[in-house]
Amino acid sequence: MSMLGRIAPAPAASLSAAACAHCGAPLAAGQARFCCAGCEGAHALVAGLGLDAFYRRRDAAASCGALRPAAEPPATDFAPLARAGRDGSHSLELMVAGLTCGACVWLVEQALAAEPEVLRARASLSARRLTVAWRGPAERANDYAALLARLGFRVAPWSPACLRATEDEEGRALVRALGVAAFGAMNVMLVSVAVWVGWDMGEATRAAMHWLAALIGLPVIAVAGLPFYRSAAAALRAGRANMDLAISIGVLATAAMSLSEAIRNGPYTWFDGATALLALLLAGRVLDRAARRKARQAVAELLALQEGGVTLLGEDGAARTVPVERVRPGDRLLVASGERLRLDGTLEGGAEEALLDTSAITGESLPRRFAPGAALPAGAVNMGAPFRLRVTAAAADGSLAAMARLLERAEQAKSRFVSVADRAARLYVPVALGVALGTFLGWWGGVGVPWQEALVPAVAALIITCPCALAIAVPAVQVVAVGALFRRGILVASPTALERLATADHAVLDKTGTLTEGRPVLLPDPARDPASLRAAAALAHASRHPLARALVQACPDAPAAEGVREIPGAGLARGAERLGSAAFCGVAGAPEEGMALYYRAGSDAPAVAFRFADRVREDAPAAVAALHRLGLSTELLSGDGGKAVARVARACGVGAWTAHATPQAKAARIEALRAEGRRPLMVGDGINDAAALALAHVSASPGDGTDLAQTASDLVLRGEGLAALPAAIATARRAQRIARQNIAFSLAYNVVAVPAAVAGLATPLIAAAVMASSSLAVILNALRAGREPPPWTR
Amino acid sequence: MDALILLVPLALFLGLLGLLFFLWTLRARQYDDLDGAASRILFDDETRRDPRSPAR
Repeated sequence: MSMLGRIAPAPAASLSAAACAHCGAPLAAGQARFCCAGCEGAHALVAGLGLDAFYRRRDAAASCGALRPAAEPPATDFAPLARAGRDGSHSLELMVAGLTCGACVWLVEQALAAEPEVLRARASLSARRLTVAWRGPAERANDYAALLARLGFRVAPWSPACLRATEDEEGRALVRALGVAAFGAMNVMLVSVAVWVGWDMGEATRAAMHWLAALIGLPVIAVAGLPFYRSAAAALRAGRANMDLAISIGVLATAAMSLSEAIRNGPYTWFDGATALLALLLAGRVLDRAARRKARQAVAELLALQEGGVTLLGEDGAARTVPVERVRPGDRLLVASGERLRLDGTLEGGAEEALLDTSAITGESLPRRFAPGAALPAGAVNMGAPFRLRVTAAAADGSLAAMARLLERAEQAKSRFVSVADRAARLYVPVALGVALGTFLGWWGGVGVPWQEALVPAVAALIITCPCALAIAVPAVQVVAVGALFRRGILVASPTALERLATADHAVLDKTGTLTEGRPVLLPDPARDPASLRAAAALAHASRHPLARALVQACPDAPAAEGVREIPGAGLARGAERLGSAAFCGVAGAPEEGMALYYRAGSDAPAVAFRFADRVREDAPAAVAALHRLGLSTELLSGDGGKAVARVARACGVGAWTAHATPQAKAARIEALRAEGRRPLMVGDGINDAAALALAHVSASPGDGTDLAQTASDLVLRGEGLAALPAAIATARRAQRIARQNIAFSLAYNVVAVPAAVAGLATPLIAAAVMASSSLAVILNALRAGREPPPWTR
Repeated sequence: MDALILLVPLALFLGLLGLLFFLWTLRARQYDDLDGAASRILFDDETRRDPRSPAR
């Protein structure tokens, strides 16, 4: 081996040393192999199970997501969700987030299989669904969930929403139809080729071939065309013409003409064209659906992570976790620190008031205090001590459900949007039918051939104009663009979202959680001693309080202190060391504004203040600037106070802003914009944005937004966050341009091919060649939609 | 032409067999996790291993 060969591996080794051995995150200075205690534990666990091969396999896969174990175990009680089987076994279905490659699937399955009582563990990579069955009590479910959490996977109960996203009965019907159509097309073609090349074939043999083709073709056309016939029938009932109507007429007319040709033993039948057309179109539909199903599943995954049970307090005071649907009005719930309220209720007795972050409902960035007996809105987050809540409305009747119903109504209004393909079909169907009818009348009445013979050029014109390229032109672009956006973390949930996004001309942005982080972040203070931050963070490790969490995040390498007591509603103590509210640390005359924590090293030591604020996202100013470059005007619409809104608007470079906007005001603003003829793009994350999101021309919400906002949005921005939005608009515009080119191209094709068909020059062979080549051309053109957008849009 | 009487039904029968096989794979849900199946073929130790040391 040469000298060079021996030296070469060195840089690679030093590179891998700078990344955490478990999750792959870059290491801070002073860290040897792991970025945090969780990863070290996970690595030891994997090694202990003899599953080290995971790390080698993952290297090969390369695209593995972050597997950093969360500091706290999953809060949900999985035991009630386990299904009892025969002979005392149980099974459980879980949604496992972070399952991104084959190595992850292997690790999860093998780690569970290593448990002696596990009978079966199987994970589905595309659905992120894990089914585990074991012999033993239902309570073991929590151990398995905790095991996965220690490995760095986030688990949630398999929710009905996940099921809806995965169980795609319509998609399966499409695949079945595709299989039937492909079988038919291939076998009919076998017979057709014999007729095309068999010019010396006898009359009787040709008739036999025609009937053989009909025998295969007719059932296939009847079965495989069903998805199109259904959609066409629905459009007809609504008094509209759509692309499926054009396809149905073309296919059925071809079948009828071919049957008539078989009966009179004409030179050719056209069953091959009809079945090949169906197979090609169904392939496009299947791909289109698969791309969107992936996005829908990812959205369901985000939502499932937010779901989870609530802690119900029984008559005897015992707490247990139950699904939120089982809670009735009058029940008492325990709301932990940092937990989001899932139900409306009133604050129960006791002298203490509750501190709630209502930013998701009202947009205010500062938490609000609620007196005992006050009505607490669902959607708020508990920023203070745990408290008891008396439920006033069940989940189905509460304010969140009312909002969801409102959204549904708005969604229905939005579904009236007509896609460019359907707009083309509206013009196209009458023209194609007119040409076919004219051809038939011309040959029958004008030239004077028998009506069966006149039918051939008429239907040939119909099948050549039959919008094969047109029907595949738009879905192909969609598949490519949606797939490219998915890889960048942008989930496109609605079929017409890209088209609407491309035409947006005005962006309405929410403040809290959209332009800002939406959670408290420690403000830098040059006067503060770094050592005190480290000591305070060590203490803060013991609490789930949002401010304590923010403190730990500001100083992640601080070791967790031992023996810390949490005094609910006040703070944390260890001996004389204290971290908590002003009163708890004995700070007199502290200004009662904003969010702050105080720390004292001992009873005589001076108190150190830590102030927190909701910070502007790092990428927000750049994203706003990119939106301006794309020609969109922007405005900020927030429920927060004027000062905070003005500050964020200035920091991000947004010109116009409105403060104190209620949910109704936000929706009204969107409606006013639409009435002006603008096409607003609404970006928001809160429950207070949901109505505006649903009403907007097109809407987007960040991946960490509330579930209602995500359901109401057309796009969910996972990963890169706001920075992805300008890129998404650029991709959508590009896709739109290519879709238009494709439509124009397939129309131009018809201008050449139709006269040949009308003149009776087209044979099935020519029709097949025209169909295949034009489809290929539009598919190749569609592939351009997936290319990276130019760098200036980022 | 006698060959056709035998060969055409034979070809059709084989084709139908393929179609039925496809419909069976569809019903057996073999297309539900295409990504997983693609990487699963690379696992050479699908069989259950003995736990070398307990997880807890």
